[in-house]
Amino acid sequence: MKIISSETHFDFMGKFRVAVALSGLLILIGLGSILMSGGLKYGIDFSGGTLVQLQFKTAPDIEVIRDGLKTIGLGESTIQEFGTKRDILIRVQRSEEKLEAVGSQVRNSLGKSFNKADITVERVEMVGPKVGRDLREKALLSILYAVIGIVLYISWRFELQYAVAAIIALVHDVLITMGAFSIFDKEFTLVIVAAFLTIIGYSLNDTIVVFDRIRENLRRKGKSTLSDIINISINQTLSRTLLTSGTTLLVVLSLFFFGGEIIHDFSFALLVGVLVGTYSSIFIASVFLVFWDSRRRA
Amino acid sequence: MYRDLKWKIPLILAVVLGAVWLAYPLKEKISLGLDLQGGMHLVLEVKVEKAVEASLERLADEIKRGINEKDLEVDRVKVSFADRQVNVRMVDKLDLPPVREVMQDYHFFSLVSEDSDGLGVVYQMSVDQVKQIEQNAVSQGLETIRNRVDEFGVSEPTIQAQGEKRILIQLPGIKDPERAINLIGKTARLEFKLLDEENSVQQALSGSVPEESEVLYQRVENKETGAVTKDPFLLKKRTVLTGETLTGAEVRFDSDFNEPYVSLNFNSVGAMIFQQVTRENVKKRLAIVLDGNVYSAPVIQDEIAGGRAQITGSFTSEEARDLAIILRAGALPAPVVILENRTVGPSLGQDSINKGVTSIIYGGLLVVAFIAVYYKLSGIIAVTALFLNIVLLAGALAYFGASLTLPGIAGIILTVGMAIDANVLVFERIREEIRIGKTVRAAIEAGFSKAFRTIVDANITTFIAAVVLFQFGTGPIKGFAITLCIGIAASMFTAVFVSRAIFDGTMSHRKLDKLSI
Repeated sequence: MKIISSETHFDFMGKFRVAVALSGLLILIGLGSILMSGGLKYGIDFSGGTLVQLQFKTAPDIEVIRDGLKTIGLGESTIQEFGTKRDILIRVQRSEEKLEAVGSQVRNSLGKSFNKADITVERVEMVGPKVGRDLREKALLSILYAVIGIVLYISWRFELQYAVAAIIALVHDVLITMGAFSIFDKEFTLVIVAAFLTIIGYSLNDTIVVFDRIRENLRRKGKSTLSDIINISINQTLSRTLLTSGTTLLVVLSLFFFGGEIIHDFSFALLVGVLVGTYSSIFIASVFLVFWDSRRRA
Repeated sequence: MYRDLKWKIPLILAVVLGAVWLAYPLKEKISLGLDLQGGMHLVLEVKVEKAVEASLERLADEIKRGINEKDLEVDRVKVSFADRQVNVRMVDKLDLPPVREVMQDYHFFSLVSEDSDGLGVVYQMSVDQVKQIEQNAVSQGLETIRNRVDEFGVSEPTIQAQGEKRILIQLPGIKDPERAINLIGKTARLEFKLLDEENSVQQALSGSVPEESEVLYQRVENKETGAVTKDPFLLKKRTVLTGETLTGAEVRFDSDFNEPYVSLNFNSVGAMIFQQVTRENVKKRLAIVLDGNVYSAPVIQDEIAGGRAQITGSFTSEEARDLAIILRAGALPAPVVILENRTVGPSLGQDSINKGVTSIIYGGLLVVAFIAVYYKLSGIIAVTALFLNIVLLAGALAYFGASLTLPGIAGIILTVGMAIDANVLVFERIREEIRIGKTVRAAIEAGFSKAFRTIVDANITTFIAAVVLFQFGTGPIKGFAITLCIGIAASMFTAVFVSRAIFDGTMSHRKLDKLSI
């Protein structure tokens, strides 16, 4: 069986203006959204704070919950449904030591309006501001180290311009995914950083398969221009690119729909990342190689 | 040509059987992370500076006593925490040289300056000593917390130092997290102090606290309304006895009201001091203070010999039991604060497992169906490789003792999606080679060898990202990183080595003109 015919001759390089414009637009929209909402929205892992997940026997009224929380001075908390109407997530932007027993405090404060036995504290996460800062630093550093490690490896196996092109593609993927996060009002947490690192790895994986073919074709190039060789290479690897993206998307979709609320945002990040990563390894990464080459000749 | 199958097949069998042996039965061999089995993850910071302060205060006391023993009159010994200095001031100038003699016993104190009026000297504690105290505070704190947790009864707790002054505690499957926090987080500094009965509490509350006294409170909770009131007590600052001399603490029940109380036993030194204090202060009140809160302040009826005392209060028997545990385990050398607390209830954990498994099954089935349809018989080989991949992953997880977390499950799912990539690369290559007219055998040969380099290059970048993630990540993220790392390594083995062996194995029996790919 074949999804696309074995001998495709799509002119990817000819469409590079459209691709670059589209990518630029997507990135701008994302950055615009990030700017408008005053920066990235950090989850408690990075901003510090407390989160309590409760399960009620029957769907509660959020305003009644808020009234209850007001009695213990937590009226300003964010209260939202989490997956189902019975699961409620309460977020407090504070993380004082006094909030240690916040789970039972919250539960007690709701005792007047609800039957306490009907409320289960499913999860409590408290991150102090100091730890939040540490984690933020660690997350940034980990992304930085991963990128440095990858650049070194690619420059060693290929040439510097391939490494730079791969990095451009992955920055492109990360920026667009970040923008999507901002547009859909999702929070950055540790798990999301893990998702981003996976996207980085995945995006590179895809890009390198194409680069590898370009390198191979360059050895017996004859009279073809770099642009032609790139086109041929992308076409040769196209069915593999689409197949692998397809199987990965299948599992990510399965995770997105069946994996549960806790890793919902994680699978969302992967979903966007895999789509964008596939697109960028076809349309974006190689454009830079041609650009680099033409600059050197000029 | 296929002679190398003679060692390849046994090797593959050995690896797979080894993995099965390591991972079977799954429930026992692979431990679940806290997010899946429920439990509590705590990071505490030890307030080491408090231990240094306490040490300075104790030393100042000791120095004062040392000088007094030489029959010299000390004006006062002042401690300055900020620059770790002790200022000893005498009444008579001539007494300074003997003070210096006393100070020679403290090698970690060095003379910094002399007061301009010639009546005092300033000594500073060395940086090394401060470090030593801080390290001790953390290691003793760790030991004390371990004792408390052991007595509380948690199976397989993790308690370890993290960085210079942090302590990481993981308590899997804990049912009452808040009680555990109370147990772990309490400093449990037990002090006995006499009441200052010459001065009135009211006066002290209005601002004029006598120099040698302090106001501390007793928390009284009305069990019916839950309202908390605080009763003030005026206590002498001097602590007559501390919990350091305790040898035991246990819960007893009052014979009249059947109310629980905590009975204390002192060692011989403590017993002696207790006897002396009670003898000298009959009919006066002695307060029992824990972490700055007054628990009770009974009147001393008579001299108490034998080194026994009791703490009463309106405890529930659970509270009394926990109090006895922390008193037995001893006080933390310095207070701790909770920096991070992540607690997951057992039902949420089970829910996550169910959902994770569901998505693995659906995702896996979709991929398997797709690949089998797309590559036909060769697809079956890929699916076999994929299945072995998961077996190897389970074996490796068990071997490294890595615990499975929710992000870890996500890692497995991703591996399923991505592991197929290595096979896809090979198969697409084989298809290409067949198209340019190569024989089946030559196409397989060329497909594997040409795809190999691509597979390595493409996977190593993901591997680098995963290793970095493992290095910097904590808890669940580490679980994700490790499954990703193992998954990549396993997929290279199964796709390149195992698939190849299966192809070769089929070819060795008959000559194929057409390949089902």
